[in-house]
Amino acid sequence: MIPMLIGVSLIAFALLSLSPGDPLAAQRGNPQVPDELIRRIEAQYGFDRPVPEQYLRWLGRVVQGDLGYSFKFKRPVAQVIRERLGATLLLALFSTFLTWLIAVPMGVWSALRRSQWPDKTVSVLSFVGMSLPSFFLALLLLYAASMLPSLPLVGKFPIGGLVSPGYDRLDTLGRILDILKHLLLPGLVLTIGGLAGLQRIARGSTLETLSQPYILAARARGLSDRRVLWGHAFRNAANPLITLLGFEFSALLSGAAFTEIITSWPGMGLLALEAVRSKDQFLVLATVLMGSLLLMLGNLLSDLLHAWNDPRVKVS
Amino acid sequence: MTEPLLAVRDLSIRFGDTEVVDRLSLTIRRGETLGLVGESGCGKSVSSLSLLGLLHGARVTGSIRLDGQELTNLSPQGWRRVRGGKIAMVFQDPMTALNPLLTVGRHLEEVLETHKGLRGREAQKFAADWLEKVGIPDPVRRLEAYPHELSGGMRQRVLIAMALAGEPDLLVADEPTTALDVTIQAQILDLLANLRRELSMSMLFVTHDLGVVERVADRLAVLYAGRLVEEGPVGEVLVRPRHPYTEGLLASVPGFRARTGRLRSIPGQVPSPSEWPSGCRFHPRCDRAGDICRTTRPDLPPDGRPACHFPLEAGS
Amino acid sequence: MSGTATTSRFALALRGSLLARLSLGTLAFLYLAAILAGWIAPYGYDDESRAHSWAPPSQLRWIQGRPCVHPVSFSFDESARRVYVEDTSRAIPVRLFVNGRLFGLDSLEAISPQDGSSARLYLLGADARGRDLLSRLLYGGRISLSIGVVGVSISTFIALVVGGLAGFFGGWVDRSLMRVCEIFMLIPSFYLLMLLRATLPLDWDSRVVYLSIVLILSLIGWAGLARVIRGLVQSLRSADYIVAARALGVHPLVVLRRHALPQTFGFLAIQATLSIPGYIIAESGLSLLGLGIQDPQTSWGNLLQESMSIAEIHLHPWSLIPGLALFLAVLSYNLAGDALRDALDPRGGR
Repeated sequence: MIPMLIGVSLIAFALLSLSPGDPLAAQRGNPQVPDELIRRIEAQYGFDRPVPEQYLRWLGRVVQGDLGYSFKFKRPVAQVIRERLGATLLLALFSTFLTWLIAVPMGVWSALRRSQWPDKTVSVLSFVGMSLPSFFLALLLLYAASMLPSLPLVGKFPIGGLVSPGYDRLDTLGRILDILKHLLLPGLVLTIGGLAGLQRIARGSTLETLSQPYILAARARGLSDRRVLWGHAFRNAANPLITLLGFEFSALLSGAAFTEIITSWPGMGLLALEAVRSKDQFLVLATVLMGSLLLMLGNLLSDLLHAWNDPRVKVS
Repeated sequence: MTEPLLAVRDLSIRFGDTEVVDRLSLTIRRGETLGLVGESGCGKSVSSLSLLGLLHGARVTGSIRLDGQELTNLSPQGWRRVRGGKIAMVFQDPMTALNPLLTVGRHLEEVLETHKGLRGREAQKFAADWLEKVGIPDPVRRLEAYPHELSGGMRQRVLIAMALAGEPDLLVADEPTTALDVTIQAQILDLLANLRRELSMSMLFVTHDLGVVERVADRLAVLYAGRLVEEGPVGEVLVRPRHPYTEGLLASVPGFRARTGRLRSIPGQVPSPSEWPSGCRFHPRCDRAGDICRTTRPDLPPDGRPACHFPLEAGS
Repeated sequence: MSGTATTSRFALALRGSLLARLSLGTLAFLYLAAILAGWIAPYGYDDESRAHSWAPPSQLRWIQGRPCVHPVSFSFDESARRVYVEDTSRAIPVRLFVNGRLFGLDSLEAISPQDGSSARLYLLGADARGRDLLSRLLYGGRISLSIGVVGVSISTFIALVVGGLAGFFGGWVDRSLMRVCEIFMLIPSFYLLMLLRATLPLDWDSRVVYLSIVLILSLIGWAGLARVIRGLVQSLRSADYIVAARALGVHPLVVLRRHALPQTFGFLAIQATLSIPGYIIAESGLSLLGLGIQDPQTSWGNLLQESMSIAEIHLHPWSLIPGLALFLAVLSYNLAGDALRDALDPRGGR
């Protein structure tokens, strides 16, 4: 796992170093950035040295936990990332949870009513849903939200940000509700976007399982329909889905980025964009590393879940 | 004479517009094994599934009486009591008939819970007993095994145990040895014969393999194109066949005739259900066919003569 | 799979499926509109008119049997919002074949006799600088629709080379190339997009921007495809005719190019069609973020930038229309790709 990450860092660093011009040019021209800071960074990272040496210096500091300095945020990169990471994870977990809650039963229900009108309708909707670009969906929902004057309970619908001003004055329950309010819009976008694909897979898996001989054999043993469905069909149909859980999570990290940006949700995606826009080298490198790390963890999670659920899989 | 255990009268099965079984009638007495023989596509598997009410989307007419009880108008609950409890089925491919995610023990315990009302520790004990009865060594440890960890022969033994655990009156074995190696085949056949005797069960043994059926059956019924063409004690039918089709079958299988000479094959091919010939369905391939064979369906008389207008003489 | 067999099966699929025909027809329509944008669009893509900033879609009125528009002008209301009113005293007909284009307002007729201002035809509304959305949509189609095809071609080429070499030669070539693939696949596509964008300056000539975006997109998609091709080539490597060619002393690279790779073409055609929507969306996303096609060039993505302001979107909801165009294109590609796949690979039952 670690070697792969190092490989990622190598490619990322190599690509960035291809960028023409002085990476610190923007900072040099900025009167707010003290010269002394620039010189210190230059010395630490060896900007005047050959690229391979620069890479090794940077890598050396990374393994010690120092991801560099962000000129845009005027803080160490590690700190900035820590602040944003939680938001992205929260969003990813929330929408994964919701998507699964809706899509899996819907897929199973579709499969059980195969080729009848509920199945056909859902199929069409799914196909359409999968063709809808996520950022367009986000824009549409944003438009819809802007048209809503005020919701009961929620009050004025918050657009953007993680928390409202005055968050600190709220008690714990108030704080949770506040975050949930803000989470609603980006979460909804991601959930709706993910429903179509997952529903199709759930449906396919259920159909495949139901056509297996052991289902017929189970019925031949006089097991009740309920028992056949839950004890045999569901568990086996869920097998590929469980494996998918980890991958879905990883894929979400990428998909979430656009949604974060459009709904102003302060997560890693928005951070990566800000880094590129402000030519903040260290930050760009760090977000790429972080993104890859999360992807890898998601894949690992998938493998573990698969091994846990399916006795035929060997854990290596 | 006591009433037979299973009495099938004029069983016809249609899928949509196509009739696959045409007025099949047969009986099985207590303690006897009936071999049902025919080539692929003759309707034997469909017939055996209909005995358990497992045909989806087919129209079944006629009567099936088990131990005096009519099965064709059973409610779903009624069927659940019959399947596994009164009639049990052993499937052809043990790998796919077992749920890969459940242990062997779980499979058996399910049957015991459903039909014998056993739970927990008690169910486990009886499960281990059954494994021992079907000749699986180290049964207690094997309860924890998953299907993919067992050999083909052992898996089939497990399937047999599962079928017998409900202590059914009739065992339907649908090509139970076709998927196994030849040496294992013999073992399984012996096992079935012993268990059948020990538990005083009747058996319907469905197969296309004449050599196998000779070892196992008391009586033999030959199926061609959805109709029964000949029936009788196994020794008689195999040595002195009276229907041209049976004769042709035996002549084409090595081991049933003198060792010298070429094997004869029946000209033509088995027709598909949508193209069944009129009158006697075998007439296009029969060298004894006369005009009446083209127009009139021959009946199967109850006295051991075949369903043929020009049967072979006894003793030819 | 030979070329003619593929084509005839494809034609068969077309005949069978209404959806396939519809979607291909839609795509043909979109591409045609994009190619002919210079003629169909009533205005140029950077034809501004500050007097018509955020003008709503023109209302067509039928006067004397012709469709006409009234000139509009705006004023600010109490909440400092723009309100447009029509001047019903003048009606300017929409004519065909004017100003060297398919339709529009005759430039002379459009001029007001009072103050010399020009009335404009905004079938889909205007943007902040008074540029016609419909025209910009049509011109934008050129970029949005072409980038997908070009990007997929480059990406497929890279994947063929890498996957072909890896699958064919095996050994350390295979291992090292696949390592590189895996590393690329480990970076989530969005972050890879950001990384690649960061390597290029943001202020280049528009043609260079176009090319660099195409390049970026190709670099994201090649890895997965390369792995699949490698698998395909590997299984082909032991095919008899390949072994025979090598036994006859034909140079391995020639065998690869002439025998092994052509076998993958059928599969690649399907993959390409199914991947194009992804590229279109990626370019749109990039442009939406301001990192792609820059103003005044248009692509459907950068047209959507106008709709990103939550505070103002309700004032000009027509800025969302480019999203519909995107949706239509992607949907058509997906439907067509599905039909193509069903035709060429009947094994994939649903």
